[in-house]
Amino acid sequence: MTASSVLCVERLSVEFRTRSGRVRALDNVTFSVRKGETIALVGESGSGKSVSAYAIMGILDPAGRVTNGQAMFGEIDLLAASRKQLAAVRGRQISMIFQNPRTALNPIRPVGRQIADVLVRHGRVPAREAPQQAVEMLRAVGISDPARRASGYPFEMSGGMCQRVMIAIALAAKPSLLIADEPTTGLDVTTQAVIMDLIADFATQRGMATIFITHDLALASQRATRIVVMHAGHVVENAPTLDLCTQPRHPYTAELVAATPDSAAKLDDLAAIPGSLPDLRRTDLPPCRYSERCPRKTELCSQSLPLTAVGPEHIVACWNPLPVHAPLKLAIGAS
Amino acid sequence: MTVLLDVDHVSKFFPVGGGPNQLARLKRRLSGGAEKLPKVYAVDNVSLVINKGETVGLVGESGCGKSTLVRALTRLIDVSGGSIKLGGRELALKPARVFARDRDRARIQMVFQDAGDSINPRFTAFDAIADPLRRLRNIRGKTLKERVEVVAGQCGLPSVLLSRFPHQLSGGQRARVGIARAIATEPDLLVLDEPTAALDVSVQAVILQLLQQLKRELGMSYLFVSHDLSLVRLLCDHVMVMYLGKIVESGPARAVFERPWHPYTQALVAAVPRFAGAAAERLRLKGEPRSPIDPDPNVCRFYGRCPIGASDCKSKAPVLRRIGSRHVACHFAEEFVVQRVGPVHGAQANRQI
Repeated sequence: MTASSVLCVERLSVEFRTRSGRVRALDNVTFSVRKGETIALVGESGSGKSVSAYAIMGILDPAGRVTNGQAMFGEIDLLAASRKQLAAVRGRQISMIFQNPRTALNPIRPVGRQIADVLVRHGRVPAREAPQQAVEMLRAVGISDPARRASGYPFEMSGGMCQRVMIAIALAAKPSLLIADEPTTGLDVTTQAVIMDLIADFATQRGMATIFITHDLALASQRATRIVVMHAGHVVENAPTLDLCTQPRHPYTAELVAATPDSAAKLDDLAAIPGSLPDLRRTDLPPCRYSERCPRKTELCSQSLPLTAVGPEHIVACWNPLPVHAPLKLAIGAS
Repeated sequence: MTVLLDVDHVSKFFPVGGGPNQLARLKRRLSGGAEKLPKVYAVDNVSLVINKGETVGLVGESGCGKSTLVRALTRLIDVSGGSIKLGGRELALKPARVFARDRDRARIQMVFQDAGDSINPRFTAFDAIADPLRRLRNIRGKTLKERVEVVAGQCGLPSVLLSRFPHQLSGGQRARVGIARAIATEPDLLVLDEPTAALDVSVQAVILQLLQQLKRELGMSYLFVSHDLSLVRLLCDHVMVMYLGKIVESGPARAVFERPWHPYTQALVAAVPRFAGAAAERLRLKGEPRSPIDPDPNVCRFYGRCPIGASDCKSKAPVLRRIGSRHVACHFAEEFVVQRVGPVHGAQANRQI
């Protein structure tokens, strides 16, 4: 763990017990976030992005269990911390924005009260002053006529406004780390841009670190300084944004880049990724969970997964990474 | 090019009840006065043309009326006014219930947003695809089985999967069932409502390429509804941008996205995340859209969020006018033509008008 890291997740493994067997949802997930940095966790649905966040926050489903690893937040290991320790961290130093603001907000409590609750609980604000400060928070996240809106309920607001309220709640206690789990899924592109700007502005103002979870590589490339690509519970590549997008080394990342509509000039250039995620309940999962879809599979791939540093801060979990300077188009054509 | 669908000045209003004046309204009604409910102007005087074999994109934010427009022109709901002609035959006058058994029903089909939700969970893939054939084409027995298998094959759905229920299929396979069901009756117009919104990027391309291939093989026209502009750019020949019930800009897809003229389109294009590139411009919309309930006919619908917002904009609503190969509804469109294309080109563009 480097000194400037806010959060350092190491070898995190999570499994879920289900009636049809154990689902090994995360396996040896390692990444870290520096102070003030925005990183993105990117992957298809089922790749373990959200589970990573839930595990860090200690809000896994009761069926889920952390089997290995640690998540160091300062001096505290969040995965081993007691409920009391966690309660002091969550909401105050780390907070989270959830995917669907309408379901994450309390439907029968005015939004101003919901923000005030957090201020009183975590912001050490006297109960008497909290409502006024809640209105100020609403103003800060750009809600017009905040005094009137504070007494409104979530159903009276648009999706974008609900997400602003979520942001106000998450930021009320001035956390040093924000986890945003698909904060703009289901919102319009225009609203998405505004919401992402808002999060970015707060992050720069307060030197707040952000973990941004998304399936949209284009959005991630625009907003994050570093991208962590996940596939079937593994981190397959972790690199600075520009390196990852222009010079992806893991075959899966390369396919993901080629499947991003914005990168294609015409429809025929748009690539699909063959195969699908392996069933994580299988007991015979190969060490590299991508190997069964991979066009670059070699004999080495049946050995335990390597974590190769291929550049400064560029780590790839592959025995046969794509060569540097190979044009991206060729690499995809080979599949 | 032959015109397939001609939509002329179509409107759809929804009366809204309730509200604080309910008692006053009841009194007025009892005393014999005219009762006038406020209306949501979901679709307001929209005209559009879809040619044979063309792919038209319809974009706009949620609540702008694109779904209502689509439902109106697929004749799932009745319109409040205007005409919808399919190959010269007027459809708008038939109530939706009657049209459900009309011979032209089979000619307009729809692929709905989330195939997981829009296929009857108690129908197997076979039943889902066979249903429109039974109802609209009156095909039964062996012919039906053959037809379903042919269509499934066209959509890349192996026939072993036909006996499965939706929950036993993957997202991509479900999307294929949704498409197979829609093309089974050999429609002339296929309306696609965000066909890939529920899919991962890994399968998105396959489905889009399938749609492209089907269009080439079967010669259908597409109306592609989406808020993902990067997809619309790849798929569509022509694009229409809708804002609060009105079309604000329409034209050739490439041109509209490269040089948007209406301020709303500009904001929309600027908001699309560009891959690995710095945001070119930070044009952001402030505030919320105006209320669609009884909008003031003399104010531009975009006023209040628009970065221009001049005094003209709140005294005179702009009409959709032709500029070159496009239509734009903005008083200041010409300024953007000049500004964006550069003075030389701009002058030429102005001359063409």
